[in-house]
Order: sequence, then structure tokens, then C-alpha cells
Amino acid sequence: MTDSALAHEHAHPGVKAYILVAVVLFVLTALEVIAFEIVDEGAPAVLAAALAPVIVAVLLVLSAAKFALVAMFYMHLKQDGALFSGLLVFPIVVAVTLIVMLVVLFSYMLSLF
Amino acid sequence: MSHDTAHALHPPTTTGLDNRKLAIWTFIGSEVMFFSALIGTYLVYKGKSVVGPFPHEEWTSPTGEHFEHIFEIPLVTFGTAVLLFSSFFVVLALAGAQRGNRKMLIGWLSATVVAGLFFVGMQVYEFSHFMDKGLGYTTNLFGSTFYTLTGFHGAHVTVGLIWLGTLLILALRGKIPPEKALNLELAALYWHFVDVVWIVIFPVVYLMK
Repeated sequence: MTDSALAHEHAHPGVKAYILVAVVLFVLTALEVIAFEIVDEGAPAVLAAALAPVIVAVLLVLSAAKFALVAMFYMHLKQDGALFSGLLVFPIVVAVTLIVMLVVLFSYMLSLF
Repeated sequence: MSHDTAHALHPPTTTGLDNRKLAIWTFIGSEVMFFSALIGTYLVYKGKSVVGPFPHEEWTSPTGEHFEHIFEIPLVTFGTAVLLFSSFFVVLALAGAQRGNRKMLIGWLSATVVAGLFFVGMQVYEFSHFMDKGLGYTTNLFGSTFYTLTGFHGAHVTVGLIWLGTLLILALRGKIPPEKALNLELAALYWHFVDVVWIVIFPVVYLMK
């Protein structure tokens, strides 16, 4: 193995970390679907009533957590240069702002008719 | 190839970072904007269709034709899990490439390609199934925005599959030694990006009513 390859590998997480992230991703996906099914089926009733008003927020938080895990550990942003993180985070901030503004603007426009 | 030889072939960059890696991250940044336009359009038109079929509700047309709800959540959940695991497989393939472990590289890269093929197959089945249920590209706003968003994502997965498939052939020929592991890392970054886009699409399109 070359020096550069060795240094590169030392910088990245190990197989155990990759397995742990995969398990967490799987669990978070399962939680998303379970939350959706509880609200969709309306059962158990108490849980469905509690989840229904916050289901969108719950799904967005779970999705953001999965996104962050893949970006940090599988895309190695946690170890690699800050410039790479900036190249991902800056467009995401612009994108989220764009989407929120589009949705708000269109909702307002439609409310006029 | 020694570290010194590598430096002689690739002089240090002004950023101190590998230009190819910088290029793929810049490309990924532009792709974020591309998919944000598609996701934004989907959200703007969400629930605005005046005719069915609809994603979560049944619908009967004025002529009495009955349409079932479109989405099959269990199938898409399984496809999502497979795509997530393909990201896991490709990091293991990359670890194999960096360690010079050819068996690990080929095994996990093959698993990644198989998982990607399954996902694309799932999407092809889903699209044809939706067509059978009466949802065409121009049927309603939901159909247009849904097929555009998920279709472009599927096209990206297909491009990733071609890229990874090519690298698998090179790996089988022994042409991805540890000093060329970056070639796989670039493809893996693209593949992970395709995965995180689906991480957003899955709840936004399939789970939010």
C-alpha cells in the first residue's frame, strides 16, 4: 500500500463505523414508514392522534438525519476538507430557501383566486 | 507507485485538494440545485390535481370510471432500503480498493451494482404499474411532476450504474490498484448523492399526504 493510500485510509471511518451507520439508516427508514402507517391507518388511535399534527415535521427530521449520516460518514465530509462541505451545504441552503419561497408564494397566489 | 512519484506526476494544487474530487463536489453542488427545482415544483403542485388517479386516495371520474390509489408503499420502502444498503456496499468496496483487497473490492462492488439494478427494476415496474392504473405523464399535475422528479432520479441511478459497472469490469481486470482508488471514490460520491436525493424524495413524495 502506498503512503498516500495509507494516509487516506486512516482518515476515513472503519468498517465498524460503516456498519453502525447502515443499521441506523435502516432503523430511521423503518421509523419513517411506521410513523406513516400509524397515521394512515389511524391505529393505535392515541398514537395516531398525537402523530398526525406533526407527521410532516417528524418525516423531515428523520430524512434530514439520514441525509446528514450519509454525507458525514459515507461521503467522508466529517474527515475531508471544509471546502467540500461548503460545496454541499451552500447549495442546500439556497435550495431549501428556494423551495420554501416557491411553496409560500404559490400558496399565496392561489389564495387570491 | 511511491508517494514521491505520485507527487512528481500530479503537482500540488492551489487548494491542496485533488482537482478531480473538487470537480465532483462542484458537480454535486449543481445537482442539488437541479433536484431542488424538481422537488420544489412537485411540492408547489402537490394536491392541486383536479382529476385522478391520486397518490393516496381512490377516485371516481364523472363518467363513473373508478381509479384505485396509486402508491404501493411496501414496494417503495423495500426499494429505498436496497438503495440505502447499496451506499453501504460501495463504501466497503472503496475500503477494499484502498487496502488493495481485490476480493473485497469486487465482491462489494458487484453487490452495489446488483442493488442498483434492483432499484431501477423496481422503478420500471412501478412506472408500468402506474400506467396500468391510469396515471400517464399528462393525466394530471401529480403524474407530470411525479414522473419528472422520479424519472430524473432513475436516470441518475442508471448513469451511476453504468459508471460503477465500468469500474467493476476494470476491477475484474485488476486495473484498480490502491493508488487508483480515487477513481472509485469519485463514482462512490456520485452514488451516495443519488442515494441522499432519494432519502429526500421518499418521504416528500411517498409518505407526506
